[in-house]
Amino acid sequence: MKPAPFDYVRPASLAEVCALLAGDEDARVIAGGQTLVPMLAMRLARPAKLIDILRLPELAGIREEPGAVIVGAATRQAQAERDPVIRASVPMLARVLPWVGHPPTRNRGTIGGSIANADPSAEIPLVAVTLGAGIEVATTQGERSVPADDFFMGAMLTAIGQGECVRAIRFPVWPQQRTGVGFFEISARRSDFAFVAAAAQVALDGEDRCVDVALGVGGVGERPLRLDVSSLKGTKLDAGLLSDAVNAVAVELEPGSDLHASAAYRRRVAVVLCVRALEQARDSAAGKSPAGAR
Amino acid sequence: MKVELRINGAIRAADLEPRKTLLDTLRENFLLNGAHAGCEHGVCGACTVLLDGEPVRSCLMFAVQADGYDITTIEGLAPAPGELGVIQDAFCETHGLQCGYCTPGMILAAHALLQHTHTPTREHIVEAISGNLCRCTGYGQIIEAVQFAAERLRKANTPRAQHGSQHHAQSGHDAPVEGVLEAAEADEPVVEAK
Amino acid sequence: MSADPAAFRFVSTNRRVREDRRFVAGQGRFVADVALEGMLHVAILPSQHPAARIVSIDPSAALAIPGVHYVLTGDELAAATDPLMNGLDTPKVQRHPLAVGQVRYAGEWVVAVVADSRALAEDAAEHVHVTYEPLPFAMNAEDALKSDSPPVHPAHGSNILLDRTFVWGEVEKHFAESPRQLSFRVTWGRSSTVPIETFGVAASWNPWREMLDVWASIQMPKYPDQIARALRIPANGVRVHQDVDVGGSYGVKRGIKQTVLVAHLARRLGRPVRLIEDRLDNMGGGDAHGPDRIFDVDVAFSDAGIVKSMKMRALDNAGAYAGRAPFQLGKPIGAIVGPYRIESVQYRAQSVTTNKAVQEAVRGFGQAPTNYAIETAMDKVAASLGLERIEVRRRNFIRKDEFPYLIPSGSTYDSGDYHTVVDKVFAHIDFESMEQERDRLRASGLLAGIGIAACLEPSGANSAFEPLLNEKNTTTTWMDSCRIMIDALGFVTVTIHNTSSGQGHETLVATVVGEVLQIEPDLIRVIRPDSLACLPSNSPVGSRMAIMLGGAAFHAAQKLKTKLARIAAHQFGVGTDRVLFASGSVTNPKDGKQLGWAELVNIAHRNFHLLPEGMEPGLEVTHVMQVPTGGTLPKDGRVQMYPCHSFEFHVVLMAIDPALGKPEIRRYVIGHDCGTVINPHIVRGMTLGGVAHGLGAALLEEFVYNDEGQLITQSFMDYPMPSSHEVPEVEIVHHCTPSPYTVFGQKGSGESGYLGAPAAISSAINDCVAPLGISFNKLPIRISAIGDAIADAQQGKQEQAK
Repeated sequence: MKPAPFDYVRPASLAEVCALLAGDEDARVIAGGQTLVPMLAMRLARPAKLIDILRLPELAGIREEPGAVIVGAATRQAQAERDPVIRASVPMLARVLPWVGHPPTRNRGTIGGSIANADPSAEIPLVAVTLGAGIEVATTQGERSVPADDFFMGAMLTAIGQGECVRAIRFPVWPQQRTGVGFFEISARRSDFAFVAAAAQVALDGEDRCVDVALGVGGVGERPLRLDVSSLKGTKLDAGLLSDAVNAVAVELEPGSDLHASAAYRRRVAVVLCVRALEQARDSAAGKSPAGAR
Repeated sequence: MKVELRINGAIRAADLEPRKTLLDTLRENFLLNGAHAGCEHGVCGACTVLLDGEPVRSCLMFAVQADGYDITTIEGLAPAPGELGVIQDAFCETHGLQCGYCTPGMILAAHALLQHTHTPTREHIVEAISGNLCRCTGYGQIIEAVQFAAERLRKANTPRAQHGSQHHAQSGHDAPVEGVLEAAEADEPVVEAK
Repeated sequence: MSADPAAFRFVSTNRRVREDRRFVAGQGRFVADVALEGMLHVAILPSQHPAARIVSIDPSAALAIPGVHYVLTGDELAAATDPLMNGLDTPKVQRHPLAVGQVRYAGEWVVAVVADSRALAEDAAEHVHVTYEPLPFAMNAEDALKSDSPPVHPAHGSNILLDRTFVWGEVEKHFAESPRQLSFRVTWGRSSTVPIETFGVAASWNPWREMLDVWASIQMPKYPDQIARALRIPANGVRVHQDVDVGGSYGVKRGIKQTVLVAHLARRLGRPVRLIEDRLDNMGGGDAHGPDRIFDVDVAFSDAGIVKSMKMRALDNAGAYAGRAPFQLGKPIGAIVGPYRIESVQYRAQSVTTNKAVQEAVRGFGQAPTNYAIETAMDKVAASLGLERIEVRRRNFIRKDEFPYLIPSGSTYDSGDYHTVVDKVFAHIDFESMEQERDRLRASGLLAGIGIAACLEPSGANSAFEPLLNEKNTTTTWMDSCRIMIDALGFVTVTIHNTSSGQGHETLVATVVGEVLQIEPDLIRVIRPDSLACLPSNSPVGSRMAIMLGGAAFHAAQKLKTKLARIAAHQFGVGTDRVLFASGSVTNPKDGKQLGWAELVNIAHRNFHLLPEGMEPGLEVTHVMQVPTGGTLPKDGRVQMYPCHSFEFHVVLMAIDPALGKPEIRRYVIGHDCGTVINPHIVRGMTLGGVAHGLGAALLEEFVYNDEGQLITQSFMDYPMPSSHEVPEVEIVHHCTPSPYTVFGQKGSGESGYLGAPAAISSAINDCVAPLGISFNKLPIRISAIGDAIADAQQGKQEQAK
């Protein structure tokens, strides 16, 4: 399983990367390569040119701004996993990262790479969609920001056009003190692509009433979906309300069937995991999580 | 393309196609046959090497991407020809292998773990080797080997080597100790129905 | 033979497995490590069609690429080589390494391209233009039985390779007499052992010496013979290098088609050639799939749960060529009643061709699927009577005092003590507390259950299933050998004559020889000559090496010990039976005179004048050993299959979250009796690894073909194998019932764990879901199937409640 031949370049600037991409429709970027290289090996992808962006300074770094954490696209998943800023300010991302692939793939795979790959059951895109992150895309004409929900268009299909490259992901930071996250996924083996994944974030006021809630589901359909459970705001998120709210939005889900899981399974388990994720987020926000909030 | 790689402390040069993987380069250009091809699509881990001390899949890297890192292969672990390192010896003591094909990758993954801690829990060990498939052993004696090595390292006289790194990735500070351990402690889905 | 480990000095002690040393340093020598000067590389172009006539092959564009040396087609290869051997008498089902005239499964190898590098060969393969005319195809075994199914081999006339019914005992009478019967079907999905190293082979032809040298990742009896036959060269013109380390095999690495292909190319091109399968080559066209089998079973039993008779129809989907699949239906005949006293059996073995890839011998050679069917029968008998499943086992087990025990199909089980193993396991678990744990899990809202499985591991190997299924085959010899040399300086070298894939044969042999000669095993060197310098061997199949290699080594060492004693006795002037051999020295107890090892070696090698009359100088012996209990042809459909029978008993505590359907093993205990254990580390490793394999087959692994005949599980992304997260800690409870047929009482353990784990895991899942009135009868049991079945059952209950 050897790739078809390609040229390899390692530009020194993002502008150069975009120019190269704009000039050659058979050029592709490579960062960590954990999803691209298997495709090259199986000759499912045959770029004429690989543009290595892993070490570009413009894609590096994790920085905080008011209300957001901006993660450079070439940030390796393993770095993000241990980063104190992410742990403190984007707990949902910190929470899912141990479930992304395996330790060796996280040592090379990047946050931006997972976003650009857009696998329907991938955890990092799920977080981006659930939190309403902004995908910052460099182009030959400057930069544009695409809301995650618009960025993921279908299975392995994103809004990146020719001549464009993901530069960073802007994750919103919730201001509330009492914030908790929940995450569950189900797969045949730990670290396989999930059949279904659910991620939730909840913020509570001093009386344990919900002041903000976000819920997303992955593996059910062509792309991760943010589910509108805003009806839960103002409530105490008791089990019955959670179940009703999730069931109400679950009717929109259009899961597919494949070797690994039937559509019926995905739909049913999506509801279960969404409810559990919300419960876990709620308990974590209230400080009652037995494992301790992360 | 010409490339210079630092492998087991020595600079090695090669002139090769960009599409040549680090795995194939190690084996064919440098005759370091300890890294093995099991799947060539990043699942089995038989190709594992250390990049700046952390396990990566050498089948998912091209040699032209591998400059500027400290690459460690299994051949770099033995203290001297004919001598075994502590972890290697532990695998012999517990029979943590049978056919030997996954073994270099397993040992390097264990090595990386034991650089972070000498008191890994069983869950830490399971997580650390979860990216390395073995079809012979069922993992039991492998886990025991890592536990045995950890115990010996705890009792050893020599201080553990500093986890230094000279990689050129400018994306921030070196990975602190906790990362790989926290992955092991990631919450399992609560398996209790309501 | 004594079962007391204290009777041994080295056998049964925890010695390091010496082979480990080179592997932990990355110093194994696998076939891909073998570098031959001027070596060329092969890539394969497979068929995309499940069945099609090959209309044309145009290699011109590929050959025009610099660095490409050759493009080999099936027609050329078929003209230059004989078809691969069939075990059955089915001459019209011909198999060649490359498709000839038509392709018969998607993934079948059509063209082989040879180039300076593998990458270049793959580039060139894309430029070979093949045109096809699609043909009808059949994927399903039950369809293939029908007369209107498109035959995979039209010249053969149908898709039926084998359809043979055996009746052992008064089956109809027993069924008529029995107050109770039940029938069921179970299906064993097509999986395999899938070693992490794919198959690879390198060959080199020397026209000056007329010698073909072969290096391969091989585990195959009669490999050099089959190479010679196919290539039409003398067998002593084939030299297989046995010192190649094999990266796992568990039965499947019988790469004869790959080898014939590469050997032909080496001869044709006058340069060494190698083929290392990549994972896609291997999964789709390596022809190393496993049993793909439907069992229809009827049992007749009493109100007390005693099973008197059994009818079993085993329908196996062999794939496009015969391979070893039909015989994988035959070997289980040697343990067709499992560990039970079933009095009569009717067994119908059907093997059909379809347009799937080919099966190879998978660990246990059909025993694991058969055990799954037998154990399901016992669980269902228990359920129908409301009896405890373990109680039904106890009532049906062959008793310790009944051995050697003759089963209806003609095999005698050598020894066993099944009741004691079960008792030991239950004591270890404290079964009552396990039941309480199960109840506690149930009370918490989970589904929970306990699975059990009891089964045998026939070991020692014998190809008696071949003459049983093909009367033209008269093979009754199944041998192995050992040679021991004590050199002129007194150092011991032992030769073994097979490749190994992790079984620790060097350690095994050194331990045995050390035990007999009473010298330190670590001082004994073990080497593997090439096949021309080898004594006969049948390779490590059928869980045979502890018995056969251990046996041959033992006997050779005994011969050497006797020779040393005789040399000394001659010096002392007494009969050989008057002297004492201890730790390499020989003493005359009468006067205390002693000759040490060095002195004896000196006499043997240098003092011919001191040797007894007629004795050969030097200290070298060989021993060639026939399999114990082997040597007779089948009679009336009955034959002794394997000599020894190890026993295992699994207990699995399982929990399932009903909302998710994911089975989680909470505890796994296996009782294991393989007689005397020569090296405990090795045996433990086999058992733990076998359980992991069985877990994969039960829950995760399957080669799936869709309705268009395409293999949709082509890589490790879709064929999930257990990682460290999926395999639970397995507790092994050991027991030793020695075999009366072997030198130390040892039996085989190479298949342990795998033979019973799928049955045990299936039993556990079914125990979890039994309260919902559902069960699963097909492996692998996927999470989604469990989830959906639970949901449907709960839905049904809700609707009933309304």
